[in-house]
Amino acid sequence: MIELHEAGVTVEVPGPAGTLERRVVLEPLTCTLTERRIAVIGANGSGKSTLARLVNGLRPATTGRVTTCGLDVATHGARVRSLVGFVFTDPDAQLVMPTALEDVALSLRRAVPDRRQREARAREVLERFGLGERAHTPVHALSGGQKQLLALAGVLATEPQVLVADEPTTLLDLRWRRVVEDVLDEVPAQVLHVTHDLQAVERADRVLVVDQGRVVADGRAAEAVAAYRDLMAVR
Amino acid sequence: MSRPPRAWTDPVGLYRPGDTALHAAPAGLKLAVLAALGVAVVVVRGPWPALAALGLGGGAAVVARLPWRATAAGLAPVTLTSLLLGGYQAWQRGPALGVEVAADLLSVVAAATVVTATTPVDVLLDLLVRALRPLRRVGLDPDAVALTVALMLRAIPALGRLFVEVRDAARARGLERAPRAVLVPFAVRTVGRARATGEALAARGLGD
Repeated sequence: MIELHEAGVTVEVPGPAGTLERRVVLEPLTCTLTERRIAVIGANGSGKSTLARLVNGLRPATTGRVTTCGLDVATHGARVRSLVGFVFTDPDAQLVMPTALEDVALSLRRAVPDRRQREARAREVLERFGLGERAHTPVHALSGGQKQLLALAGVLATEPQVLVADEPTTLLDLRWRRVVEDVLDEVPAQVLHVTHDLQAVERADRVLVVDQGRVVADGRAAEAVAAYRDLMAVR
Repeated sequence: MSRPPRAWTDPVGLYRPGDTALHAAPAGLKLAVLAALGVAVVVVRGPWPALAALGLGGGAAVVARLPWRATAAGLAPVTLTSLLLGGYQAWQRGPALGVEVAADLLSVVAAATVVTATTPVDVLLDLLVRALRPLRRVGLDPDAVALTVALMLRAIPALGRLFVEVRDAARARGLERAPRAVLVPFAVRTVGRARATGEALAARGLGD
């Protein structure tokens, strides 16, 4: 469960003549997200990714409070991040080890201290995601879709309670988009999915529409998508 | 017919699974031998010991059954650097020193390549963490150091690809003769990539 209580983000940006100006990235927001599949949609730069990053403290709230899995993100950031998986748009930033097997094993370093057991678990995870034959393939030699699937495998190997996916299919072709979305659909964890894909949004239990740092619609997919289409048509 | 452009090859030293004696050897022993070789090429002078060290490095690559073509391609920049340095030393201080300098440099890099190609990174990380554990007392986090080493290994091909992308973008705009059109975006994107990687590490709880 994710709870936001008056949680907002303000940043300081360089202004004219060397001054710093305050800019609101996300207006204070109060909501409780209990649904299993939540989608967040909105224009580029609307504040969707900032909202996603509040959930595990990657972006600290400058006002209000965020509670994830019953823990205050501001005071229990490390514990929250061990319970929340995060998938980024660009898997190249997320995959930090030279080969696929080593990257999944890195995710398991804390949970499985013994190296042989860790490697066996990592192999199991790769097999489960259809990447077993790519275990020793250099990460840079994988296709974009394989990389994103590997990034997901590395995150899900730790069995997180909440999965935040920040536009994980934006860089993928139609086939890989479907593969990644199928994985997201089947994950037992609560999923907060930031996306531009309105087909994926239709499968969500709840949809938040973000515009200029504010949640302007919050509800079932049909109404939220209609509100989003209206919003995009106006501009 | 023009020659097709060369694809981005595997970085030299990337782990290659195998069942040779060097794959089975303990990682600590391999690193100890590598360190000893590094000291020996500095302490023992003369061209013949340097050539012997080079033979050792090359022999290890043969024993480890590293694919010679990919290994030679990966070592090409170091080989070129060794030849340039050796050539300069031979011109300035005689052929014996030139041979020694070139062979010393190449032998250590070849041996290091064999170590990383026959040892999974996870094993190297475990070893590094164990070796650095006593330094916890002075505030050094062994896990963080080990992770830094892994990141460095991953960064080599990632930056190579980034450079190719930036160079192609400059070419597409007709700026192939403007180094600034490559170097400035390369530097900016490298910093951007480093920040994104830092964020991803934090999300995986690796910086906590």
